[in-house]
Amino acid sequence: MSDNAVSAAPLEPPVPTQKPIKTTGLHIGEAEPGCRKVDPILIADGVRRTFGGLTAVDVDHVEVPRGAITALIGPNGAGKTTLFNLLTGFDKPDAGKWTFDGRSLAGVPAYRVARMGQIRTFQLTKALGLLTVMDNMLLGAKGQTGENMFRALMPFLWRNQEEENRAKALDLLTRFKLDTKKDDYAASLSGGQRKLLEMARALMSDPTLVMLDEPMAGVNPALTQSLLDHILNLKSEGMTVLFVEHDMHMVRHIADWVIVMAEGHVVAEGDPHEVMRNPAVIDAYLGQHHDEDLGEDQSAEAENVSAIKELLDDER
Amino acid sequence: MILFVTLLAALTMATFSGGSAHADEVGTEFDFTISGNVQFNGEAQDGVAISVSGNGYEADTVTDADGRWAIGVPEKSTYEVTLDEDTLPKGVVVTKGGNVLEADFGLTDRRSVNFFLGEGVRNTVSFFDQFVNRFVNGLNFGLLLALAAIGVSLIFGTTGLSNFAHAEMITFGALMTLVFSVSFGLPIWLAILIAIVLSGCLGYGLDAVIWKPLRRKGVAVIPLMIVSIGLSLALRYLYQYFFGGSTSQLPGAGMTDLKFGPISLSPIDMASMGISIVVLLGVAYFLLRTRIGKATRAVSDNPSLASASGIDVDGVIRIVWVVGAALAGLSGVLWAYFRPGVSWDMGFQMLLLVFAAVTLGGLGTAFGALIGSIVVGLFVELSTLWIPSDMKYVGALVVLILVLLFRPQGILGRKERIG
Amino acid sequence: MDWGAIFGNAAVELISPTTAAYALAALGLAVHFGYTGLLNFGQAGFMALGAYGYAISILTFGFPVWGAFLVGVGASVIFALILGIPTLRLRADYLAIVTIAAAEIVRLLFTTNTFASVTGSANGLSGYKNEFAALNPLAEGSYGFGPFENNAYDTWLRIVAWSIVILAALFVWQIMRSPWGRVIKGIREDEDAVRALGKNVYAYKMQSLIFGGVLGTIAGMIFALPRAVVPSNYQTTLTFFIYAILLLGGAATVLGPIIGSMIFWVLLSFFSGFIARAVEAGWLPFMTSIQGGQLRFILVGVAIMLIVIFRPQGIFGNKKELAFVR
Ligand SMILES: Nc1ncnc2c1ncn2[C@@H]1O[C@H](COP(=O)(O)OP(=O)(O)OP(=O)(O)O)[C@@H](O)[C@H]1O
Ligand SMILES: [Mg+2]
Repeated sequence: MSDNAVSAAPLEPPVPTQKPIKTTGLHIGEAEPGCRKVDPILIADGVRRTFGGLTAVDVDHVEVPRGAITALIGPNGAGKTTLFNLLTGFDKPDAGKWTFDGRSLAGVPAYRVARMGQIRTFQLTKALGLLTVMDNMLLGAKGQTGENMFRALMPFLWRNQEEENRAKALDLLTRFKLDTKKDDYAASLSGGQRKLLEMARALMSDPTLVMLDEPMAGVNPALTQSLLDHILNLKSEGMTVLFVEHDMHMVRHIADWVIVMAEGHVVAEGDPHEVMRNPAVIDAYLGQHHDEDLGEDQSAEAENVSAIKELLDDER
Repeated sequence: MILFVTLLAALTMATFSGGSAHADEVGTEFDFTISGNVQFNGEAQDGVAISVSGNGYEADTVTDADGRWAIGVPEKSTYEVTLDEDTLPKGVVVTKGGNVLEADFGLTDRRSVNFFLGEGVRNTVSFFDQFVNRFVNGLNFGLLLALAAIGVSLIFGTTGLSNFAHAEMITFGALMTLVFSVSFGLPIWLAILIAIVLSGCLGYGLDAVIWKPLRRKGVAVIPLMIVSIGLSLALRYLYQYFFGGSTSQLPGAGMTDLKFGPISLSPIDMASMGISIVVLLGVAYFLLRTRIGKATRAVSDNPSLASASGIDVDGVIRIVWVVGAALAGLSGVLWAYFRPGVSWDMGFQMLLLVFAAVTLGGLGTAFGALIGSIVVGLFVELSTLWIPSDMKYVGALVVLILVLLFRPQGILGRKERIG
Repeated sequence: MDWGAIFGNAAVELISPTTAAYALAALGLAVHFGYTGLLNFGQAGFMALGAYGYAISILTFGFPVWGAFLVGVGASVIFALILGIPTLRLRADYLAIVTIAAAEIVRLLFTTNTFASVTGSANGLSGYKNEFAALNPLAEGSYGFGPFENNAYDTWLRIVAWSIVILAALFVWQIMRSPWGRVIKGIREDEDAVRALGKNVYAYKMQSLIFGGVLGTIAGMIFALPRAVVPSNYQTTLTFFIYAILLLGGAATVLGPIIGSMIFWVLLSFFSGFIARAVEAGWLPFMTSIQGGQLRFILVGVAIMLIVIFRPQGIFGNKKELAFVR
């Protein structure tokens, strides 16, 4: 189990050069697609989503291990974001059921999924631009009395709680090096800072499972390092992390477990080093990049562009 | 039955009591007058009961031996003028626009209201015949709606703008036809052609002067929509400024209907449907088969992608504005014959139905707009079989809300992507 | 040219009940559009429900003033629910089209002859003012000074109207500073993000729709008290005028709608008075007095366009805090 690994992790924010401590022994039996986990926090069964004729997601069975960092990888259009949307209640599947912490989530609306402690971030950051950074953070807090319309009119009911939340937010902002920006509009932050803000905001509610959709995309290398540290930190605080990432170096660096998707299916699972050697994974990426370094890619966009060109050119 | 008899009795009484009065004796103390002349095939109709109501005022009169009537009213505002069909000779009915017309004053203190009379028998038509008749009418209406709706849809698809000023582009076509046919005395087909060309120019002008600079400026879609609302308001009252508040007829309006079994259609109705169908087929060909049409659909799908693949997005949008405005102009001409009449706010009266059609079909899909239009057109006309005709638009708007409840993305629309 | 009369008439508008009604309706719209980002184009419908709910309750059912008030408010809550259930899950532009359609439905239902015995159809309703006048604590006589001098009823009406506006403004100001207001503003920025943080976005939007709608409904009652209820007053143009006021003052502000309404009506009255007299005096030979009346609508339209393009934050808006600068 992962317990000893978690307690062994340092409690202070790690220095960028810190070597992550990997959690091992997460699965039962062979490391194959859909394999069982020792202590799963999220279990999905037969989840399928189609858009017209396209099957975006078709996952027979997948389990996410508790207290570990799991990476979800796959080529563009593999269905990773769609799976995220389904698991968090932002989209409805055609079929399937899934449970979080033993509770069924099928048909549960997104806001209630979030309240259960399964918090997500978005591939395209959603900073609330015309709210201050502090207000963004405060919005993340759970169970606020003043968010009820009638109690909102009686400040004495919520003032104390508001102060506590503010202190907590300031603490998180300091850790994410955003404390100097707390009174600025979120719209004034840089792209990378917005990613940080979105992550910090998600942590305001003390989630059990954090789902990050490409937290590192578009973030400069210096910031990437500190983001990685933050993710490692989440694990050391006992949270479970599921994240989507295209940069294989990052995945290998911090992930304890890797799930590979292609064309909507889970095609491979395993330890980050082993999984790269899996022929199914190489197959999945084949034709785009045959090496392990998949890095950034604009291939989908480029592909669509050429498709439109073809459409127009078939006239001539 | 009893109700009917009492009603009839009351009406007869009204006719008698008013019978001795001269047309110009009602409401002479007021400055403003609504008047008219009831004639059928050039023959004056004597003793036809007319009533006016609105703004807390009510009065009635009957026509004199010359078929004339006049009622003074206290204020310049909108009144409802009703012709009592029971007082018409046997075999004569109001054929177009119904026996209740709205009258509002324009620049002058007198407003003339005329009813279209024709041969016909009332209330003896079987339900099936009525249904067929309404159905054909609804189809006609749906087709002319579609002409306007496709423009709205294409503009929305390519620029994200819900263009409220489309109403005024519709009115523009009808007004220009009126100007060139009635004021300049050109033949109607030429006037219509000129009006459509001018409509296209209007679309080009609006894009060049307002929309393109705003796109350049990077104004978001909601402010754009509010700008279009301001433009709509300004243009509408500009029309009223120049053309007044009255309703005028295009040449040929009120032609007698021809009978095809249960269906009665005027030659204008048939021409209208024919033109709509031909033009809509042309638009379909343009969108599906021509290079520019394909480019238009590509821009609609994903503008940034389209521009990345070398499509001249601004050029496409310009074409969409010209085509959309020309279609709207044509739609306005047909609407002027359908209502019938040309007035300064005729486009705005139709705008909500156009939006309903576009929304029903799914915002931004051209073919959805066509289907939505037909549905709305049929629904508006068929619903009058069951509900009072002054509530027929209510039905269409209720359907819009119901459809959104069960199919939020519209009939042909796509769901949006999250995350 | 009688400048005194022109300025006097314009000054009257500063505190007229109509100005108060528009200010309150615009405040409701600020809650919808400025704070929540809901594109409600049916504010005229909410106002019509207030006016008719009040008038019909008194005329047909003989309710007391407070009962009629509650009927109007109740009607608008139901209207908001009917509007909100199908549309609040949809994209913003769908809400715009559905609200405009629903407001038209309301107006057509009040116009149709089918219910004429209750609604008075196109003629509308009048004769419901006695109940409100009976509550007047002021003695007969005239109050105020100069252009603001009014008889007891009109003074009473102004006091009530502006007290309601001030109370509503304080209410909006307080609630928008609370955590509830923070969620509402968050929804304006990005509702999916707020949903992902565990807030029931749909319920918040519904609360906002009802809240702003009720403000619009009360505005409708104030609007009806100095005149008769006529359905043609509640056309889409009314909503557009209120948007013009809101944009003039600043969409996401509390003071904006109120000062915006004052400026709007004073300017409009001044302009109408000026044009009418200029036409009379023969200064504008190319224009009739009716055309002068239409000129003001043209002007409102052009003003809406210019404000949105050149000063989108309005007079009071902070350049940055604005719903549609995105
Ligand atoms: N709302 C939608 N409508 C239609 N197709 C969709 C929609 N959302 C996703 N898809 C399609 O589903 C497939 C999976 O998309 P998804 O966004 O889940 O991929 P992804 O794995 O997240 O890709 P990336 O790594 O590029 O983010 C894609 O082919 C995409 O085009
Ligand atoms: Mg993705």
